[in-house]
Formats: sequence, C-alpha cells, structure tokens
Amino acid sequence: MTAEAPVVLRMRGVRKHFGATAALDGVDLEVRRGEVHALLGENGAGKSTLMKILAGAHTPDEGSMELDGRAYAPRGTQEAARLGVAMVYQELNLAPDLTVEDNVMLGRERGSVGFVRRSDARPRIREALALLGRSEIDPRERVAALAPAARQVVEIARALVFEARVVILDEPTSSLTREDAERLFAAVDRLRQSGVAVVYISHFLEEVVRVAQRYTVLRDGRSVGGGATDGTPISSMVEQMAGRKLEEFFPKTPHQAGEVVLDVRGLAGVRMPREATLALRRGEIFGIAGLVGAGRTELLRSLFGLDGVRKGDVQIRGETARASSSRDRLAQGMGLVPEDRKHEGLALALSIAVNTTLSNLKPLASWGFVSSSRQEGATRRWIERLGIRCRGPEQVVGELSGGNQQKVAIARLLHHDASILLFDEPTRGIDVGAKVEIYKALGELAAAGKSILVVSSYLPELFGICDRLAVMHRGVLGAARPIAEWTELEVLDEAIRGDGARRAAAGEEARP
Amino acid sequence: MTAEKPGSARRLMTLVGPFLGLLGVIAFFALVAPEGFLSVYNFKTVATQTVIVGLGAIGMTFVIVSGGIDLSIGSVIALSSVACALSLRAGQPPVAAALLGVLTGMICGFVNGLLVTTLRIIPFIVTLGMLGAARGLAKWLAGEQKIDAPAGWLADVMTKAPEPAWLTVSPGVWVMAALAALAAIVLRRTIFGIYTFAIGSSEATAVLCGVPVRRTKIQIYTLCGLFAGLAGVLQFGRLTVGDPTTAMGKELDVIAAVVIGGASLNGGSGTILGSMVGAFLMSFLANGCNLAGVPNYVQEILIGVIIVAAVALDSLRQRKK
Repeated sequence: MTAEAPVVLRMRGVRKHFGATAALDGVDLEVRRGEVHALLGENGAGKSTLMKILAGAHTPDEGSMELDGRAYAPRGTQEAARLGVAMVYQELNLAPDLTVEDNVMLGRERGSVGFVRRSDARPRIREALALLGRSEIDPRERVAALAPAARQVVEIARALVFEARVVILDEPTSSLTREDAERLFAAVDRLRQSGVAVVYISHFLEEVVRVAQRYTVLRDGRSVGGGATDGTPISSMVEQMAGRKLEEFFPKTPHQAGEVVLDVRGLAGVRMPREATLALRRGEIFGIAGLVGAGRTELLRSLFGLDGVRKGDVQIRGETARASSSRDRLAQGMGLVPEDRKHEGLALALSIAVNTTLSNLKPLASWGFVSSSRQEGATRRWIERLGIRCRGPEQVVGELSGGNQQKVAIARLLHHDASILLFDEPTRGIDVGAKVEIYKALGELAAAGKSILVVSSYLPELFGICDRLAVMHRGVLGAARPIAEWTELEVLDEAIRGDGARRAAAGEEARP
Repeated sequence: MTAEKPGSARRLMTLVGPFLGLLGVIAFFALVAPEGFLSVYNFKTVATQTVIVGLGAIGMTFVIVSGGIDLSIGSVIALSSVACALSLRAGQPPVAAALLGVLTGMICGFVNGLLVTTLRIIPFIVTLGMLGAARGLAKWLAGEQKIDAPAGWLADVMTKAPEPAWLTVSPGVWVMAALAALAAIVLRRTIFGIYTFAIGSSEATAVLCGVPVRRTKIQIYTLCGLFAGLAGVLQFGRLTVGDPTTAMGKELDVIAAVVIGGASLNGGSGTILGSMVGAFLMSFLANGCNLAGVPNYVQEILIGVIIVAAVALDSLRQRKK
C-alpha cells in the first residue's frame, strides 16, 4: 500500500553549513502519505539540523524541498506550520499552567475583541484526541496535571487540529515508560492511518522497526541508506549508522595504567544512574558510551558531588569518600568539565584568568588579596601549555572559540592540580582542529599520571582515545573491557539494547 | 600586555558612559539653573547629599554584581538611625551609638542573606519582606515619632562647614570616598570579590569550582547591610533626630545609581567607581531640579525614566555582544 502512496515530502541534495562546519552535506529524503518514516543516525549525524530545516527554523544553503509536489521553502516555523509541517519537540513545547485547549490554540486563537472563543475549537480538539485514541484527555485540564505521555499526545493533537500533513516526532519515547510508549505507538499508528506522514526520530531501533514502515539513515550529514523496515535486520541498520572508518586524527601519547585511584561500587543517584560500578586507574583514559539520556552525565555529576547519591560506595585512592559537595571533591583532587560549557562549565562574562584560577585562588593570595601578577602568571603558563589562542589572561572567555573555551576549562583542572579528571562530552560543538588538540591534551595528561573518565556520544572519539570502555544503558553501566575488545557495532548494540543480549549469547549468568 | 586590552582599561571604557551622563547632567543644569548651580558651595552641598545614597550604592554594588538585589536599604537606613538615636538617648557615647547603628544594619543584611540561601527564596522577595519588616520595626521602636537625642560629634560628620576648614567637604564625604576606594579594591582584588563576580556571572560555575556560594552570599548581604547601617548613622547625624520614616524609597535611588554606573542586573558586572558616579548623577539631578524650581514629582518621574533608560542601555550592550 505504501508503495503506491504519493510522496508528500521530498528533499533533494539539501546542504547546510554553519561557519566552516557542514551540518548537512547532501541529504535526500522522501516521505509518503500515510507512512511513518524513521530518521536514523548517531548523535551529530545531522538529524536535528534536518528537522529544523523541515520545521522552518533554518533555511538550507543548497538543495530543494517539495511539499505535495510544490516547492517548499518556509521562511520561519510559523510559515512551515501553516503549510502543514508540524514539529513535536523532544523537550515539549507546552505551557504547563495553561489548559490543553489553550495550549493547542496558543498563538492561533480566534476570538472577538480580544476574548477567546473556546467553544469553537473544543470540538475539533476532542476530535483530534479521539483520533489519537486518547479521548479521555479533557481539553479543559491543565497541562501540568497530565502525564508526560499525555502531553506528547496534546502536542500531536495540536498538529492534527491545524491539519498538518507532515508531523515530525523527535525522540518521542525518550522520557516515557514502557506502557506510555505503547500508547504513543498506538496514537502514531492512528495518525498514520488518517493519512498524515510522520517523520519519526529515535535511537531505539526496536521501536523504529515496530512503528515505521520505511527509514533513512544519516551519517556525517549525508543520507547513506534506507528502505523498508520490514525485512531489514536491526544489525544492518546499526551498521549503516556506524559504518565509518576511524578517522586518523587521534594522536596517541603512550601511557601506562597504574593502580586503581577511583573505585566506584553500585553507585545510584536520585534518579540516574541506577547502578554504576567501575574502577579507574592511574594514567588511564576510561570511556563511557551510551545514548543521550542513559544517565552518563548524571553518573559524572553524582561522582563529583553535584547530584545526590542514593547508595553505593566511592573510594578515592583507597579511602572511602563520603557523599559530599563539589568543594570536597575538588579538595580530594577530582575535577569535572561539564557538558554545558556556556552555563555551567565557564563563567563566560569573566576573564580567562578568573576562570582558570577560580577553584584554587588561595595559593595566589595573601591575606585574602589575590595578587594579579601571580594570577596572570599562572594563567599564562596554562595558556602556553595548552595552546589557548587568546589576547591574554584578561580576555573574556565568552569571546573565545568553543575549542579554546574548552581548553580554559581544562586549564582550570590543571591549575587545581586535580588528578582524577571527569569529562562530559569534551569535544561537543568544537571544530575538528580543536578536537585533535583536546585529544592530544587528554593523552598527555594520562601520560603524566592523571586518571581520566570521558563520557562521549561520538564513538570514533572514544575508540580513538580510550584505554578501556564501558557502555551505559538506561541508567546501568555495563562491564568495562579494553578498547581492543570492542567493536563500534557492539558498543552501539549495547547502548541501544543493553548488555543482556550479549551476556545471554556468551552464556554468562551474571556480570563478574 | 601590548597587544591585549588589559582588564583595567576595559573597565575604564565601561565608565565612559556614566561619566558622560554625569557631565551631561551638570552641563544641562548649568544652562537651565545658572544661579548658584555652578558654585563651589553648591558642589559641596551636592557632595554631602550624595553620602547616604553613595554608601548604600557601595554595598548594593556587591549585591548586584553577585546577581542579587536588596530592596530593604531605605528601611534599614531608617531602622539604624532610630537604633542610633535610642542608644544616644539612653546615654551611650556617640561611638557606641554609631557602632550599634552599623550593627543593626549588618544584622538586617545577615538575615537577608540567610533567608536567600537557606530558604532559597529569590532576593527580590526576601528583601521586599525586609523592606516592610525593618520599616515597621523602626516605627515600633521609635513609637512612631522622631527621636531627639544628643547627637554629639555625630552632628558634625555631615556638616557643610567642617572643622578643621582644610577638610573642605564634610567628613561624611571623606568617609564615603575612603570606603569606596577600599570597597573597589575588595571587589576587584580579593578572593571574596572574585567569588562575588563568579556567583553573579554563573552560579552553576561557581558551584562547580567549589566556591562556597552560601557563605559568600551571606557575607555579601551582610556587607550591604553594614553600608546601609552606616548610612543610617550618618542620616541621623544629618537630621540629628532618629526618624523612622526617613529614606523612604531610597533603595530606588541606590539601585539607580548602581545601574547607571554600569552594573548589570543580571549580575557579573559592575564597578564601585561607576556606582559612585551614578550616585553623584542622582544627587546633581535632584539638586539641579530644586534650583531650577522643578517640582518634586517631576524629579520622581525623571528618576523612573533614568532607571529604565539605564537598564535598556545595559541590555542593548549585552545584545551587541
């Protein structure tokens, strides 16, 4: 049936550059009427850029788009919505204090003299909710009172009420329970049957196979494959997603792992992680892979005392380190470079000197007065050591490029003389040249006897720099293995399905 | 040091605007109200009138740089002037009375800081509460009356004819200048000052870097209370009565002074010198309006317009970045 259905949305050779980086480098996509079309790809493959182009938030540099056979070039999200392309974002776009119907109509209220006439829209909203199989949702309910799954349905209903022809769902199940996900699948299926084309983005491939009829794989900004989901094994999808050669940009500094310096047993956070056990050695780079939302960031934050710890045991250099604050952890020689550089990692409005020395001002001060010459001297040393390109220690960090900002964050750990370094997505959003320099710096730090824990969603990077690797799946950290014993395929598979399948295949009873 | 723009030079650049504003106000009134405005005597008067707002602005600069706000300054000034007067009436020497006034302010600030950090209520609400509570307490303690008390040498601190004559301006002005200089160094060069900037610039980063955020915030509000308390003592010296209704709405003048001086209400930027320029601008404005015969209510409208304009300028500056 789908084979005969007309193409609703067609993209040809779409390209999009941000500065020097190509986010999309030639994407073809065909979505037919009444189908769920899955968009697959690793983090950074270009899915979100593609979606934003579809939803009118970005305009493509090159390439053509057609909607129902007519040229489609929305100049903004409003226009895209008017033309019938609706986007349901991962972080839901609802005002929690408004009612369901007010949310659905938000920005498109019809009324007289400024008064909203709710009675007009209500039947249509009820109809949409019923079509999605969720007629029990009351349009007059406040959105805050709804479960996450119901909120998602409200977003989809919004698209239906305004007669969207293409609905884009971005990781719709990432925050849903199993049962809620099931109900969502049912709603998506009804949506499809009503003739709407659904673009479905998800990491969970089992889900994709169940929900979608066809799929397209993005890799490095290009569409590299696709077809019918029926009869395509998951493993072949994974191969298409991962199938890239390991780029040769991982400078290796030889380093030798020594004694265990950080021993974590059964660590559980308030919500995430659910269970994490790992042993980090001196002079070692230990990688943690996993999907976004698997609990990797939370693991680092609980280790560093920023998030609460529910249970588990953390030993630093053989001594039990009680659940504590980041202040204590810094004193114990641990440092964290968080994922969110702009809001947490750095104080962008302040100088390089302040950012570098903030966690360890005491040695630069006497009687509480910080010597500016000593502060600048210390900062200059790290600027030279790490090759931070800047005008000098007094330059404001916000003016630096992403890569140089990241180096300032690393400089802070070095100035603090931390020996256990936690990195969350250390190369996210920085250009290739700067990435290589960060990899080089990490290798040199390990060679100097520091212990490094790296969370990354970019597999080639983990394979390029790590000595050992473990995968996190829905809050549980799997067993670590030397990097040589992993393949990218295995990592992706474990990230998506957990290590249960592998363990069963190996005939293991439980993790050692 | 040659290629880069040093931090101090950059900070001076941000002071150009406030200085031009100040010169503009002076030039304007020199034209509009020529009689007496441009006299040495009048400038001395303005300097003395600046002391209360200026002292408040020193403390407020710390609070605003840390990303907070203190709305209780006017009420705390009144409370500490009442405390000072009561102590004098009870026969305490002026030194003890002055210290009690300062201490009163510090306690108010400490309570503000404690509530902001432990109850995690935004500073706007906490200090709004203090604005009411301190004013009420002042009226209660004073029995809703002005309190006459032997001011002793405290009355000389704010006199326009200081002894010895080489002081030129009242001792209060010198106190303000000295404390402003000290505060500028503290804000720029001490660990406490750097922590203040770090918290205001990005609290998450401060936490990440092990900055004792709670302790520092309590210190900041206590410091602001200290300056409000001192302003209250000098206000008593000026009026020679403890007046529970004094300095009503002064917090707005103080906040305006700091914002005019280039501090961002988002935190993370601000200078003591800028705040002082802002305080003088506010005083010249009030003084000029008086000499030109502009009614009080027009001044109030002007202050409102200036606050909004200064913040709008600040947000324009931020956007350009």
